[in-house]
Amino acid sequence: MKSAILVFPGSNREGDVAQAIELVTGRRPQMVWHGDGDFEKVDLIVVPGGFSYGDYLRCGAMAAQSPVMAEVKKRAAQGVPVLGICNGFQIVTEAGLLPGTLMRNSHLKFVCADVHLKVETSQSLFTNRYQAGQVIKVPVAHAEGNYFADADTMKKLEDRGQIAFRYCAPDGTVDGRGNPNGSSSNIAGVFNETKTVLGLMPHPENAVEPMFGGTDGRGLFEGMVEALS
Amino acid sequence: MTVAQEKNPPVKLPNEPAITPQIVAEHGLAPDEYQRLLKIMGRDPTMVELGIFSAMWSEHCSYKSSKVWLKKLPTKAPWVIQGPGENAGVIDIGDGQAAIFKMESHNHPSYIEPYQGAATGVGGILRDVFTMGARPVANLNALRFGDPKNARTRHLVSGVVAGIAGYGNCMGIPTVGGETNFHPAYNGNILVNAMTVGVASTDKIFYAAAAGVGNPMVYVGSKTGRDGIHGATMSSTEFNEDSESKRPTVQVGDPFVEKLLLEACLELMATDAIIAIQDMGAAGLTSSSFEMAAKGGLGLVMELDKVPMRETGMNPYELMLSESQERMLMVLKPGREEEARKIFEKWELDFAVIGHLTDTERMVLTWHGDVVGNIPIPPLVTEAPMYERPWKLTPLPAELDAAKVPAPADWKASLLTLMSSPDLASKAWIWHQYDHLIMGNTAIRPQGGDAALVRVPGASKEAGHKGAGHKGLAMTSDCTPRYVQAHPETGGRQAVAEAWRNITAVGARPLAVTDNMNFGNPQKPEIMGQFAGAIMGMAEACTALDFPVVSGNVSLYNETEGRPILPTPTIGAVGVIDDIATSAGSRLVKDGLALVLVGDTKGWLGQSIYLRELHGREEGAPPPVDLAVERRNGDFVRGQIVGRKVAACHDLSDGGLLVALAEMCLSGSMGATIKLPQGAIAPHAYLYGEDQGRYLIAADDGGALVEAAQKAGVPAVLLGYSGGSDITVEGLLSVPLQELRDAHEAWLPSYMNSAA
Repeated sequence: MKSAILVFPGSNREGDVAQAIELVTGRRPQMVWHGDGDFEKVDLIVVPGGFSYGDYLRCGAMAAQSPVMAEVKKRAAQGVPVLGICNGFQIVTEAGLLPGTLMRNSHLKFVCADVHLKVETSQSLFTNRYQAGQVIKVPVAHAEGNYFADADTMKKLEDRGQIAFRYCAPDGTVDGRGNPNGSSSNIAGVFNETKTVLGLMPHPENAVEPMFGGTDGRGLFEGMVEALS
Repeated sequence: MTVAQEKNPPVKLPNEPAITPQIVAEHGLAPDEYQRLLKIMGRDPTMVELGIFSAMWSEHCSYKSSKVWLKKLPTKAPWVIQGPGENAGVIDIGDGQAAIFKMESHNHPSYIEPYQGAATGVGGILRDVFTMGARPVANLNALRFGDPKNARTRHLVSGVVAGIAGYGNCMGIPTVGGETNFHPAYNGNILVNAMTVGVASTDKIFYAAAAGVGNPMVYVGSKTGRDGIHGATMSSTEFNEDSESKRPTVQVGDPFVEKLLLEACLELMATDAIIAIQDMGAAGLTSSSFEMAAKGGLGLVMELDKVPMRETGMNPYELMLSESQERMLMVLKPGREEEARKIFEKWELDFAVIGHLTDTERMVLTWHGDVVGNIPIPPLVTEAPMYERPWKLTPLPAELDAAKVPAPADWKASLLTLMSSPDLASKAWIWHQYDHLIMGNTAIRPQGGDAALVRVPGASKEAGHKGAGHKGLAMTSDCTPRYVQAHPETGGRQAVAEAWRNITAVGARPLAVTDNMNFGNPQKPEIMGQFAGAIMGMAEACTALDFPVVSGNVSLYNETEGRPILPTPTIGAVGVIDDIATSAGSRLVKDGLALVLVGDTKGWLGQSIYLRELHGREEGAPPPVDLAVERRNGDFVRGQIVGRKVAACHDLSDGGLLVALAEMCLSGSMGATIKLPQGAIAPHAYLYGEDQGRYLIAADDGGALVEAAQKAGVPAVLLGYSGGSDITVEGLLSVPLQELRDAHEAWLPSYMNSAA
């Protein structure tokens, strides 16, 4: 699997996701600078976490207008898989690749903590290593992860199975207790209609090694390798 | 610039006021200090020259009251690469790698403007570390706030924590540890001490000493604005009711720009274009340029009109004294300017050649071609005021007889009260706001062990790491201010010993410390005596434990209207472990583990948390620290941990044995039952006494551990086993873990959420 990770001024988890991908594939991803609209053909594009452009204006809003994102939109339309994590999720929603938006956490504070996620479907190139209904533990680290979409969009997301992950309690119960940021319907991650674009707030890249946060996030990367190699 | 011009007296700028005694006083210079200035200059100074002297001779920059004492600290060891005097300390951690670290205070600004004050404190310490060529791998912070009942405390906690989070999270550096205390003595002066640890190659460390006459001086980073002018002077005086009006002297940070600056600097450092580099911290362009030239024994010419400016109409005085953040000064090899410029422009940062080095040992400042300042550099440093201030040691208070301290009327209530008291209550509300996981290297998280443990990047086997697994850096910050207040020598000794113990308790070898000395007004002999006493105790402990001081910072005048803070010499410490798989945390996660108390328990209740929280008394001598015993017990415990005989380990500090056990149980969600040994001292002294040099260890084989301890001459006793969902002390109390957790975890969030 050949992959590219975009780097914006202010990105800061590009190294974490590169480390995770290299651990799983044995192959170092290509780092692509934000001004570089013309990068090598790859099997997967990752938009990493961080504070692109200092979160000025609105999280992800400026990065969404960068030259490299114009190219990403073009390739996504051709079916190239795109994974947006945290600030990357904010960027791909701002770029219109995914519906909805990420608002300020309901408690108004940054939150870094392990959360539990319920995997909603195994039927995607991102989640095929998990079982539907499986509970995994991965961390979140954000101040704007409160997912919101209008009622029509929410209905479509539910009907078309576009919800990838929901925050839940350790036993899998989806209710307010497991929700770290006030997200609508506990949404932690969503797909586009074709399930070739995934955006999620949690950081599976920080849960790939036993001594450094556990291994529950590894399945996401292993699943992509299997689907894309 | 001709030689003749360099000797000319400077021209006065339009509207420049004459220097009056009042203006001198406003610059914080004492009359005799001004006489010293006149002798060096041989003439009246211009305003910009006066401002430069004022900043360079401020307590903050000159250490004029503390220097004679700081020299007494041990600073050398075979693994020390760079001790105090540079931007940060540097130690060898093996495999061609160095750890670079320092702790620094941002107390005064954080009280005036908590968010920006704390944020720029983090920004400043990060720059100190990456200036030297290190990529920061972790941040810590030590915070002291006033009485929770004080009207301002909640606002300060909220702003300081958000400021630290806002800066560190955006930079992408995990904030992995620290401590937070509350005491009425900090009502008017909170303490915000921030520490950064970075990693570099031992052959790629950058220093500040300028070299090479004619070489370009380059300014990079943010533009200079009018913020923070005279910050260093402001931090060198006591507070009074006018302090609010000093808000404009607080700097404003932009972590986004600092992140770009970090990446750009590290990119340029990978080449060999840099000769010297220094960040612009306190006293901005003034102190950075002076230090670089002075350390190199050179002079310099700076064309101030070439400094990138944020606003129009700025003058040389403002440019030299601004403390605008996210700026660096460097000396480049000749001809490398364009290569460097390209890197900084790629990162969308300012880059300007603003001067060059000379052999005159003078700092010559020009403004559109006119000389506006001309100061000889060596005397400004060598003839700086240095004070041997009168000092009076605090006498050792009488030992408190534990028999005269009542046992708790209700044992269960006593534990609940302690665990929900402000100092011992869970600080999760704070550290959940810090990204402590970014970089994917955090092995021991907050509340997971006595020290944070972070994998060292680039220390893989392939990269030459000799150990079997992942090399780790352990780090902690410690001080028990109430002990230092009661007896500074004992308190200074204890702060170092506790830091050493915390590094040991995760299985790492303690290597070196950074000290952040926070005290009141040094012109009072009692305060100077606290400083002197703390240094004596620290020096003794650092020597006995082979734990040298490699960097540090002094913050004096922490007084408001004559009321000083508790003397607080915060110790930041770093240690190394060859294989993280052999480390131990403090979480009790398995049942049936033997619980073994290591170290001698005499039941010391003087200055204990029990005495203060249950009986409202802050009395007696603090617990003595026997450094030989400390070392013997610690070396034994570390050996057991890396020998994989230990499932969990926690040092005994505030609150003693029962609080340590409760913390292990809560963090691991596992109950425990213990029984006091036959013939033990009074139960409340045994359970809540704060005797030093002790650890509580959970082990699969308790008998073997006790036996090994006996062989090593270390006191150890089996107290009980983990298991169940209650904490039980036979015959005294049994508390359901959930009830204890509710009390422990609720205090801070409910305090922060309650209306002011």
